[in-house]
Amino acid sequence: MSQEDYSGFMVFAEQHDGVIHPVTFELLGKARELAEKKGSKVYAALLGYNVGSLSSELIYYGADRVYVVDSEKLKVFDVMHYKDAFLKVIEKAKPEAILMGATNTGRTLAPRISAALKTGLTADCTDLFIDEKGNFIQVRPAFSGNIFAHIGTKTKPAMATVRYRTFKAIEKDTSRKGEVEKVEYSGPDDTGYKVLEKIPREKVNISDAEVIVAVGKGLKKKEDLKIIEDLAKLLNATVGASRPLVDDDWISRDHQVGFSGNIVKPKIYIAIGISGSPQHTVGMKDSGIVISINKDPNAPIAEYSDYFIVGDLYEVVPKLIEEIKKKKGT
Amino acid sequence: MDDAIMEGSFKIVVLMKPVPDMEKVKFNVEKGTIERESSELVINPFDLHALEVAAQIKEKVNGTVTTISMAPPHAADALKESIARGSDRAILLSDRKFGGADTLATAYALASAIRKLGIPDLIVAGEKSVDGDTAQVPPLVAEMLGIPHASYVSKVIDIKEKAIEVITEQEAPYRVELRLPALIQVTKEVAKPRVPTLKDKLKAKKYEIEVWSADKLSDVANPDFFGLKGSPTWVSKIIVPKPKPRSKQVFNAEEGIKKIIEILSKEGVI
Ligand SMILES: Cc1cc2nc3c(=O)[nH]c(=O)nc-3n(C[C@H](O)[C@H](O)[C@H](O)COP(=O)(O)OP(=O)(O)OC[C@H]3O[C@@H](n4cnc5c(N)ncnc54)[C@H](O)[C@@H]3O)c2cc1C
Ligand SMILES: Cc1cc2nc3c(=O)[nH]c(=O)nc-3n(C[C@H](O)[C@H](O)[C@H](O)COP(=O)(O)OP(=O)(O)OC[C@H]3O[C@@H](n4cnc5c(N)ncnc54)[C@H](O)[C@@H]3O)c2cc1C
Repeated sequence: MSQEDYSGFMVFAEQHDGVIHPVTFELLGKARELAEKKGSKVYAALLGYNVGSLSSELIYYGADRVYVVDSEKLKVFDVMHYKDAFLKVIEKAKPEAILMGATNTGRTLAPRISAALKTGLTADCTDLFIDEKGNFIQVRPAFSGNIFAHIGTKTKPAMATVRYRTFKAIEKDTSRKGEVEKVEYSGPDDTGYKVLEKIPREKVNISDAEVIVAVGKGLKKKEDLKIIEDLAKLLNATVGASRPLVDDDWISRDHQVGFSGNIVKPKIYIAIGISGSPQHTVGMKDSGIVISINKDPNAPIAEYSDYFIVGDLYEVVPKLIEEIKKKKGT
Repeated sequence: MDDAIMEGSFKIVVLMKPVPDMEKVKFNVEKGTIERESSELVINPFDLHALEVAAQIKEKVNGTVTTISMAPPHAADALKESIARGSDRAILLSDRKFGGADTLATAYALASAIRKLGIPDLIVAGEKSVDGDTAQVPPLVAEMLGIPHASYVSKVIDIKEKAIEVITEQEAPYRVELRLPALIQVTKEVAKPRVPTLKDKLKAKKYEIEVWSADKLSDVANPDFFGLKGSPTWVSKIIVPKPKPRSKQVFNAEEGIKKIIEILSKEGVI
């Protein structure tokens, strides 16, 4: 089959227990933009069990056609079943490119698809566009965001993963119409991957936070986290942390901001007692407003801050809490 | 030594990537490249966790650990450290033909070397590299070898004769059982790297890393899939971004608190 026969942009609609991951809607928004430029279509691949009712959501957010694979075998994420089922959809749709969320699930699945199709895959793209020659170009940061590489793919379909909150979803439009196509899947009973149980755990989704109060090694001991938590509570904020606090088991990894933690983009980021290493700033530098509190006026975080308060956090934070309480009248 | 993996009941392969030492490396901001001379290579820090969990399993079930790396020849020095940290055998794939590989071509070379050795019971890889940072190579290798895998493995619960039970962090943690042979891609929570003893260090110092060229894999691989030639992705350009402009206003404590209150009110937070 010739490469020209591939057209349209396909989004993998990640869902867990019937809830669509919001990165899916953002990807549909981007796929619309790309498809309009190319005069082609937007496809969504919806895999799961009893998920058919979610198709219309995907259409409202920009899909022209939804391929649905509904099978009990896809009830929970089994990478082997998901891979085989997704390959069937790709085979049917023959898209020019496939977009997937750079979530843990997306990153587990995408490379297997790439290997099965012997096609290129670009990780963590921050932008996707069509160049003058009509090539699909993927932009990704490298070396802690010091550079951006523009990457093209010789094979089709091209594949890219994109982090949550990189793109904007288009407005939901319930009058949008689209097609739904069912794809049959009957995989093996035993794939070699057996889900034994889902472990309930309260996970902090720091990437969703509008306001983050982050703290680093400026904190002297674990008990002192209390003042940071108090401040966060007053602001309805999520607590963030630099890596040393996570390594010392003061706080769980869900809270870690940075290269080996989470990339965040809140409206307001308050960095308290954090020096601003490249591994930390790569995770927060795209935040809206950045406020830092640090006793060292030369801390590198200053370069990433809109407002830099020189002071001892043990004086500044309690006073700040007091002032906020006053202001709130509590 | 024989090309077949060393004798021992349970065979483990660990994928170890040599990377520039990111704490020391100098960066050419104009060109968007790393100044290679500015930094020696070290083992990707994430991979030390992979090796540690492999060494712990090996010690428990009386197995062997072989590490495989693909990198330029001067990586050999850094890789000796893997011997001090519990590996029995270290193989370095090094050849100009492997150069310029994207993740697909990297995985192809690694998977070919694994085929050459015979697929082991377990393959362990790191979460991601500190330079390329895609986290893609391990699942690619698993697919090429046709074996199940789990990514984001934060804990190995049990190792059985034909299966391994692990926790994989997806949108929530899941306890899963993988049929062996399998690949696990581990996070740093999985195990804390050991501090090598003096004796281990001495042993490592004397160890000669095996270097394999592309020809060595000719019976198990198609050389067209190696390196730049086998890489479907191509870099069209490198852009050095301008950082997001910040107003960088500096305040003392007292003025600063006032300012914070002002911003928080303006933004509707308080
Ligand atoms: C492979 C790799 C991955 C990494 N990933 C991450 C990551 O994801 N996230 C991350 O954060 N780091 C990461 N790191 C670690 C990173 O390199 C830094 O070591 C770390 O970010 C430093 O944390 P910090 O700013 O809290 O501590 P420090 O650098 O020690 O800074 C403490 C700051 O607090 C200030 N301070 C001290 N006392 C007070 C006080 N009383 N009041 C006010 N200010 C005070 C100091 O002036 C200083 O600026 C990674 C490193 C490597 C090698
Ligand atoms: C700036 C930059 C951006 C890039 N972007 C892409 C991209 O988007 N898509 C793409 O296909 N390629 C990309 N590449 C190429 C890619 O980095 C290389 O192919 C690299 O050899 C492997 O990928 P990685 O470093 O991302 O490894 P990862 O997949 O992040 O590494 C995960 C684990 O795989 C194992 N592993 C990885 N490489 C080796 C190795 N050489 N030897 C032994 N074990 C290994 C280790 O256990 C490691 O912990 C990029 C390279 C650079 C420099």
